[in-house]
Amino acid sequence: MKVKQLSIFLENQSGRLAEVTGALGEQGVSIRALSLADTSGFGILRLIVNDIATAQKVLQNKGFTVRETEVIAVEMPDSPGGLAGILSVLAGAGINVEYMYAFVQKSQDNAVVIFRIENIDAAIEALQAKGIKLLTADEVYTI
Amino acid sequence: MIWDKEHECMQRKKMEELQLERLKWSVERAYDKIPFYRIKMDKAGVRPSDIRSLSDVRKLPFTLKDDMRDNYPFGLFAVPMKDVVRIHSSSGTTGKPTVVGYTKNDLEVWSDVCARFISAAGVTSEDIAQVAFGYGLFTGGFGLHYGLEKVGVSVIPAASGNTQRHLMLMQDFGSTALICTPSYALYLGEAVNEAGIKGKIKLKHGLFGAEPWTNQMRLEIEEKLGLSATDNYGLSEIIGPGVSGECREEKNGMHISEDHFLVELINPETLEPVEFGERGELVITALTKEAVPVMRYRTRDITRLNPEPCACGRTTMRMERVHGRTDDMLIIRGVNVFPSQIESVLLEIEGTEPHYMLVLYKDGIMDALEVWVEVSETIFSDKMRELRQLEETIKTRIQNVLGISIKLKLVEPRTIARSEGKAKRIMDLRNAETAQ
Repeated sequence: MKVKQLSIFLENQSGRLAEVTGALGEQGVSIRALSLADTSGFGILRLIVNDIATAQKVLQNKGFTVRETEVIAVEMPDSPGGLAGILSVLAGAGINVEYMYAFVQKSQDNAVVIFRIENIDAAIEALQAKGIKLLTADEVYTI
Repeated sequence: MIWDKEHECMQRKKMEELQLERLKWSVERAYDKIPFYRIKMDKAGVRPSDIRSLSDVRKLPFTLKDDMRDNYPFGLFAVPMKDVVRIHSSSGTTGKPTVVGYTKNDLEVWSDVCARFISAAGVTSEDIAQVAFGYGLFTGGFGLHYGLEKVGVSVIPAASGNTQRHLMLMQDFGSTALICTPSYALYLGEAVNEAGIKGKIKLKHGLFGAEPWTNQMRLEIEEKLGLSATDNYGLSEIIGPGVSGECREEKNGMHISEDHFLVELINPETLEPVEFGERGELVITALTKEAVPVMRYRTRDITRLNPEPCACGRTTMRMERVHGRTDDMLIIRGVNVFPSQIESVLLEIEGTEPHYMLVLYKDGIMDALEVWVEVSETIFSDKMRELRQLEETIKTRIQNVLGISIKLKLVEPRTIARSEGKAKRIMDLRNAETAQ
């Protein structure tokens, strides 16, 4: 149920994001979802890609600091209150969300949101107990 | 192993007698043969016959790096060119280089004092040494090379640069000793780990010198390369490497070859002697140099002296690892800052590679210091909160150590140029900006 995510350290400089995405594009790596957190000095780019091994190698060879982490991809109804429902399940189980971001594409008619959670196993258990669908890695990479 | 028991374990009184005898000889020669010293001594009203005890050395005028430059190239030579068999010189990046010559006997002495610290570091004729110092006008490569040969070590004169070739030699030739600058050792350590070949190298000893480093950096290098690292010290104006070096057993101060070098420690501002245990600028008088005698040379290196005999058996005076160079010292808003202080902080914070850069500039009329620190994979986190915390921790610790406020910038790896020789870690834009 866990999905692998790549995080990349970026200095706040023009062209850095273009360099990352360009390098991945050249190697035929497709970005499925991304989020960028930034301060005035630096940023952290998080990516879900279809070929994580290639992506990691390409970026490391380019000299980027890259880290692999595990996240979960949660499917939810694309209607008002969909996200709130998921968050209340997590809150009810006392689980903190570090950060989250949405997939642009839908899984059938449902929205997909990526959650980064410290206690990932507890989160999976809590959500599944409520019958909430988590996407497998393969499902996510091929959305 | 102790290379020269007679001199390295000499009783204090005997050592002082030997030093005085040699000092008299050296001062007389300088006075007789080098107009520069004669003029300076006459001006100061001191004659060679005034040197009756070791402390009389203080009657002699100091020699500065500028004096060496002013006498470029051969003005301080005491022998005719036919007796000079080798010439070395400094890089001359800040003006005319300083030039030094060696007679046959000077080279003998030089390789001998190098053999002392090479042996003290634990290297023997069983070892294979890879020299990654530059060979050329720089004294590092040749000095160590001949010292190692004297000890009977198998020497690989690989020279500086070409990291990939160094890695190949280490694996294929089974090098057991590495000779280079500490910053290049750290760089090689990273390269070894990146290439995943730590299990394939056999290094046991690392002899590092030619730039100031810290104990934390030592531990980092030892961990990365799996060796025991010792510090050694020297400068081309005196002889090159070989003035002093650490023993493997204690690693607590570098043993000075006192039978060849008479040391003093002074307060760089008042020029008065400082007590044992206090920090001061090292001043060296060469006692046996034939080609270029040197009287009271101000090294600009800040250290401490320890006259206590060492547990390793040597009785020679020890000098603490060089704390900083008076000319590396930055004055920021009136506060003295040594880059080595910042390096120590970074190494204390687990996982932080000591790859940093200091950028000085003017913020209005005030000096400002920006410290750039590379974010390695070990300290990188995908959580903003943790990275901000890291930034804050490093900043606070540096501020505590320096006593001034700084700006901290986390940068991508390899943003800061790795030099394969002496590391360049300071960018001072203060004057550049005023000039605009």
